[in-house]
Amino acid sequence: MTAQLLLVAPLLAPLLGAALTALLWRRPAVQRPISLAATVLLLGAAVGLLAHTASHGTLVGAMGAWPAPFGIVLVVDVFSAIMLVITGVMAVAVALYAMGPGAAERDRAGFHPLFQGLLLGVAGAFATGDLFNLYVWFEVMLIASFGLLVLDRTREQIDGGLRYVLLNLVGTTFFLLAVGLLLGLTGTLNMADLARLAPDVDNQGALAAAAMLLLVAFGAKAAVFPLFNWLPAAYHTASMPVAAIFAALLTKVGVYAIIRVFTLIFAHDAAFFGPILAVVAMATMVTGVFGAAAHYDVRRILSFHIISQIGYMLVGVALMTPLAIAGSILYVIHHIVVKANLFLIAGAIRQAGGSFALARLGGLWVTRPLLGLLFLVPALSLAGMPPLSGFWGKLAVVRASLEAQSWVLAAVALAVGVLTLFSMIKIWNEAFWKAAPAGPPPAPPTRSQRLATFTPIVALAAITVTIGLWTEPFLALSFQAADGLLDRQAYIAAVLGPEAAR
Amino acid sequence: MNDSLILRTSAPLLLWLSIAVSVFVLLRGHNAPGGGFLGGLMGAGGVLLYAIARGRVAAIRFLRLPPVAYCGIGLLAALASGLPGLLGEAPYLTHLWAFPAGLPLGTTILFDLGVYLVVLGTITAMFLALVGD
Repeated sequence: MTAQLLLVAPLLAPLLGAALTALLWRRPAVQRPISLAATVLLLGAAVGLLAHTASHGTLVGAMGAWPAPFGIVLVVDVFSAIMLVITGVMAVAVALYAMGPGAAERDRAGFHPLFQGLLLGVAGAFATGDLFNLYVWFEVMLIASFGLLVLDRTREQIDGGLRYVLLNLVGTTFFLLAVGLLLGLTGTLNMADLARLAPDVDNQGALAAAAMLLLVAFGAKAAVFPLFNWLPAAYHTASMPVAAIFAALLTKVGVYAIIRVFTLIFAHDAAFFGPILAVVAMATMVTGVFGAAAHYDVRRILSFHIISQIGYMLVGVALMTPLAIAGSILYVIHHIVVKANLFLIAGAIRQAGGSFALARLGGLWVTRPLLGLLFLVPALSLAGMPPLSGFWGKLAVVRASLEAQSWVLAAVALAVGVLTLFSMIKIWNEAFWKAAPAGPPPAPPTRSQRLATFTPIVALAAITVTIGLWTEPFLALSFQAADGLLDRQAYIAAVLGPEAAR
Repeated sequence: MNDSLILRTSAPLLLWLSIAVSVFVLLRGHNAPGGGFLGGLMGAGGVLLYAIARGRVAAIRFLRLPPVAYCGIGLLAALASGLPGLLGEAPYLTHLWAFPAGLPLGTTILFDLGVYLVVLGTITAMFLALVGD
């Protein structure tokens, strides 16, 4: 019982949170602690699940006791468990941060049920072992995220939200087409069963077409080149806690899905997909970082950096070596923490300086030195400065590229790192270093609001420093997850029984 | 909205009729066409008709709770329906059955009821947000 309960607990916690906060629709003050408690429960369950999978191996549950490949299975391996833990960390951080300034308006607009719904969709996408079920979780995520995006009901938000929904609908349509193709080719949608049958499919061309459709669908979610346009348009309008949780999790679900299907289902054809993914990864890195260099709004700069970093995460699946995949996983862990923290800090910059536009900011180093230091931790980590977490992620990715003799990939990864540093220095110079522009400072937030804002920022900065200074356990875990991803037969055996594997 | 005396007068009757039918469809759903989704849609249809005839405020007064709260109750019911199976080593959502005096009773009905309430709540919440007073 305990193992099966543990397996579904990361889904039940946000489901319970969504149900209770919806039930208490007219009592926003009560929703807040419930929402926070549900995220803590999610984090606790995910940590338990990671400990279990790291020591006992992949955990499988056939929902409703309908056996695989006919029923829907939840499959949590080390990679999934890592993603669930990081989801839990982000959920707690953002639930805390959302108690800061603007909380009352957000709560009245229904922030908490939607937030929990989003977490449910993300956790479900990480836990499922069924391709069509993954589609359903994507839809859960999309519905909740659209609600969150237009929370303030302003004109810009609805404009950005429409673009977001439109592109995602196109993406999910591609997903459905691919699902139909795969079902026609193999007769199954269970991922382990697909992995078992895919190498023996006669029409490998049609299989590759399905893989490309999936790449488009997940790529649109992950905002890879050339499907990234919706991201800066949508994220810079959202309210800060929403932008932070989106930046942390939504694109990473796309990255997770790409890594999962290309290491599991289409791994036998890696020689064909590898170069395509490598080109996509490089183009994504470069366009993202140039986009960031061209902008002068904190939120837009950060949004473009999400795109550029997605490229690093694809390197692993492009090269398919243990080091490359482990590097990608370490990069995802580091990036989620750092990126969410930068968005949280952007919100704090706005509280302190009254704007997101760099031209209207300045002098924060004099008035808020602590905020400046807290900004430097994730900013330098994002650029890959040692000894922070980003350095180790970049090191692993670049080293894997060199070992695979992908010189261009390594060169691009290094050059993009330098340009990232340029963008971060730009924010530093403009917001913190230059003289403050004339005009009255905004009203200072109350003590409890400041506490809600800065507790998650300090905690996430501490995680960044911890990963940087004490990398071994995180790297070991990434390697364990990468080995699990590369050992497809073990995954198949865990889901379908030992006789199904070869 | 055009005020129709016939519609205003018959609205409560039609409301209760559609709720009775929706509950019948909900219960029938286990072995025949129907179930929580269809039932929920039918029940929501009755509430919508009532809102058109008597106005949004009257419909909200009839529901007593905000429509989204119905979704909350439904989600709780569906969530709870999967838990008993976990006690007996089975995976989540494994449903249990009992046959007191030959009457088949399963935890599935709780799940279907949850679906019913979520659909009812969602549809009425969306509609009541759009309809004027």
